Amino acid sequence: MAGIIEKIEAAVKENKIMIFMKGNRSFPQCGFSAATVAIFDEIGEPYATADVLSDPELRDAIKQYSNWPTIPQVYIDGKFVGGCDIIRELHESGELEPMVKAAVGASAQQ
Amino acid sequence: MDPKEIETMIARGIPDAQVEVRDYTGGGDHFEALVVSPSFEGKGLIERHQLVYKALGDAMRVQVHALTLKTLTPAQHQNRR
Repeated sequence: MAGIIEKIEAAVKENKIMIFMKGNRSFPQCGFSAATVAIFDEIGEPYATADVLSDPELRDAIKQYSNWPTIPQVYIDGKFVGGCDIIRELHESGELEPMVKAAVGASAQQ
Repeated sequence: MDPKEIETMIARGIPDAQVEVRDYTGGGDHFEALVVSPSFEGKGLIERHQLVYKALGDAMRVQVHALTLKTLTPAQHQNRR
């Protein structure tokens, strides 16, 4: 278990936008994962994904890591932001894009 | 699972909540819930959703494949009408 948690920490630290999902960005395996990546594709900043279906250990560990029972899970700048409903809500209210741009922009200046 | 069972579980976990649950595929495992509660006041979306997930406990991991959640305070709910 310790190893997988370190892997999650490294992933959310290295990738300003990190999405744990079912399938991948080209072939999402669940409607909620598909809706989530569609929003990030629309925003157009780079993001990374990890497929929990191909890694059962990751699938269990990510739920414990964030105390969140569902997939997808989105992390921005190392911080858990939410699942599909929250991302959709933040996108509709116009809050998501500035969050994404700020996270990506800050890393570009480093 | 029956949407009414989910309503009961959420209402038990968040006693002051108004809960409406809909089965949106008819298959008994994809649900949509609207939860309105004064206890959401001052809480972010993550915390609100976690309160609902906590009320559902193991059912969330086992019986419920998908739950689309809308969590509002009474004031927010009023504004949406």
